[in-house]
Amino acid sequence: MSVAAGPIETASGQLVDPLAGRRRDVAIVLGLLGLAVILLFTRAIPSGVDTTFQLSGGTGIHVPSVTVSAKGATLVLGALCVLLGIGEFLWTSNRHPNLLLGIGIALFTLAFLCWAGKGQEIDSVGLLATSLVEAVPLALGAFSGLLCERAGVINIAIEGEFLVSAFLGAMLASLTHHLWVGLLAGAAAGGVVGLILGVFAIKYRADQIIVGIVLDAFALGLTTFFATSLLNVNQETLNSPGTYLPFAIPGLDKLPIVGPGIFDQNIFVYIVIVLLIALQIGLFHTRWGLRVRAVGEHPRAADTVGIRVNSRRMANVVLGGVVAGIGGASFTIGSVGQFQANMTAGLGFIALAAMIFGGWRPIGAVLAALLFGFCDALQFTVSVLNVPIPPAFLTMIPYLATIVAVAGLVGRVRPPAADGKPYVRE
Amino acid sequence: MSTEVATPPEDGARPRPSAPRRLLAWMISGNTFTVTVLAFFSALVVGAIIIVLATPSAMTAWHYALVSPGTALSESWDAITNAYGALVSGAVGSRQALSETLVSTTPLLMAGLGVALAFRAGLFNIGGQGQLILGAIGATWVGFSMKGLPIVLHLPLALLAAAVFGGAWAFIPGILKARTGAHEVITSMMLNYVALNLLGWILIQSQFCATNPCTDAISKIVVPGARLPHIAGSNLRVNLGIVLAVAFTFGVAWLLQRSTLGFEFRMIGLNPEASGVAGVNTKRLYVVALTMSGMLVGLAGAFSVLGVDYQVSPVYGGTTGFDAITVAILGHGSPLGVALASLLFGAFVSGGRSMQASTGIPLQLVVVIQAVFVLFVAAPGVIRTIYRIRVRRGAERVFGGWG
Repeated sequence: MSVAAGPIETASGQLVDPLAGRRRDVAIVLGLLGLAVILLFTRAIPSGVDTTFQLSGGTGIHVPSVTVSAKGATLVLGALCVLLGIGEFLWTSNRHPNLLLGIGIALFTLAFLCWAGKGQEIDSVGLLATSLVEAVPLALGAFSGLLCERAGVINIAIEGEFLVSAFLGAMLASLTHHLWVGLLAGAAAGGVVGLILGVFAIKYRADQIIVGIVLDAFALGLTTFFATSLLNVNQETLNSPGTYLPFAIPGLDKLPIVGPGIFDQNIFVYIVIVLLIALQIGLFHTRWGLRVRAVGEHPRAADTVGIRVNSRRMANVVLGGVVAGIGGASFTIGSVGQFQANMTAGLGFIALAAMIFGGWRPIGAVLAALLFGFCDALQFTVSVLNVPIPPAFLTMIPYLATIVAVAGLVGRVRPPAADGKPYVRE
Repeated sequence: MSTEVATPPEDGARPRPSAPRRLLAWMISGNTFTVTVLAFFSALVVGAIIIVLATPSAMTAWHYALVSPGTALSESWDAITNAYGALVSGAVGSRQALSETLVSTTPLLMAGLGVALAFRAGLFNIGGQGQLILGAIGATWVGFSMKGLPIVLHLPLALLAAAVFGGAWAFIPGILKARTGAHEVITSMMLNYVALNLLGWILIQSQFCATNPCTDAISKIVVPGARLPHIAGSNLRVNLGIVLAVAFTFGVAWLLQRSTLGFEFRMIGLNPEASGVAGVNTKRLYVVALTMSGMLVGLAGAFSVLGVDYQVSPVYGGTTGFDAITVAILGHGSPLGVALASLLFGAFVSGGRSMQASTGIPLQLVVVIQAVFVLFVAAPGVIRTIYRIRVRRGAERVFGGWG
């Protein structure tokens, strides 16, 4: 996903654009997406049927619903997609092919909704809000993975950090009747799991993937054990923490569509937004970020200029654990309101996928988390609309998309160069 | 993976120490065996602490530990010995217990062999869960859809279907790694979730679902002619699966140690670049190794379905795919090691169930003990530090990084 600054001069003096192949691939994919829209959706819709998108929820500025002709709209969207592909093919100076790909996927999704909602109404606000809620733990887990992997440590223990912090967050918030205590406990618990990962993987140079997997098993076993032996017999005192209530940001929550979706949520959504900005600036525009990336890309060079590689890595792994811990706490005190055995159900691994799909960048991670959350939210919409697509296939989309991304079929994502390699000073 | 040192190296000038002295030196030198034993001991200590924490009478006694420390200690000791006693007797205490231990061992052994085979080729097959599900789907499908076949034909066909399905599922990360360099950890992990969703969908299709119209997401039942026969009487669940799994253990051991293919697997596992220079087709071997690994894991699913459950349900196999990874790590990637590790874990599961039934301590205790055990085995340096064992140079590592 690295975007070069411009054409590169080869040894023979020829100018070679490193993005040429990428642009061609994106152009082909866009063309195929457009054709798929026209062939699959437009052809399947009888003419004269409308799709209605509700654009405002119960509160805020009222925006009238938009009603379009389903057949016409899909045709236009498909044609736009094809045109975008042709444009991409001809626009040889385009430096951001992924942006066009993103637009193409958005057009395809809109066309899908037009087709799925033909003759009915789609609750756009609800769809967006649900996507966002589903995306919160994914984004926090992806941030955690990002903090570790940018520094060169693979964190596959996100799932374990989630579980331990969800558990302790629920338990301590119940005991003290303060949600803040639960949130802090969750963050601390994630940090401790991160510390264990760091000690084993950095100090003792055990294989990072193995340590991560085993920590996941450890956390699952431990939390299930104490959920059965401790929480389930003391539900009242130990496992009823309550949840953070949504609070609206005055003014912004009145915006149409995005208002209630983004600006009338609980604290975890705002934490994601703040962390996104902090990480995006921190990683790419501060001395701290430069050092982190140096340690992850070329530890020897970093060491040579006086950066303490392993301390920096350790700090980041613990920090990553803290962030995942906040994500874990969001499962209990952010939504469900109590701990249940294995309640994360593999979302820690999916957060890892979101980080990879997002190309090891904070903004990419959030967009990927939103996309994954959207696929999840779409299931509800689709079952309400009675669309003949098994929900199981919608759930598969994020995983298949991640496979496509790592295989480089549509633009290779690239990990930091020293990711997963322990650093030994010579 | 193992860095066994057969004899003390270096200067031959010194006279050889006596045999007991050499044995002692070997034991405290931090070799694999000593580290494993100490890791196991440490895991049991962690388990004991958790048992005390989960036993109300022991915890109450600790509240008065300053007044009567003896009571606290004896209460704790009773809790620990009760739980571990129930664990041991549930694992090996009776014919029934032994049968259950072997039943739990079978899928772990097969899946562990699969993961270990990939380990030796330097590949991390984290997709055991998906391959096991696909194997179970294949075995069940053949098992209920064909009727009237003799068992000598039907059973092998069902096993073959499982191997093909599981192998095909693992072929995908293999071919992607060979063609595009995509890391198998990510692709095979993603395929786990695809498989889980696929299973959920298949189970509610009319061809697969037990009832018509489908009311419960559970498959049709495998006909008796495709089931693995019981080998110790019809009231014990132990079946031909464990015998076949042991045979596969020898088969994989032979493959790795005696065949050309196995030699090439170990070559690319140790140093893919050097193997490539030596004329080995590394990319082809990645595909072959992962596919074979998936076939073995697929058979693990078949052995569960055809030997014990006779039908598949959602989330079939549970955490067996992941437990297989811990088994393979514990077994240091060797077939014999995997066999011993899976026997131990099988005993843990079987013993854990009866411990839960008799003492009320949740089964997950054994998951924690297993995880701590493997964590310490994977990081021998930690054990050496805790027990102040002499440090030997050279960390044991098989994998590094995403790519």
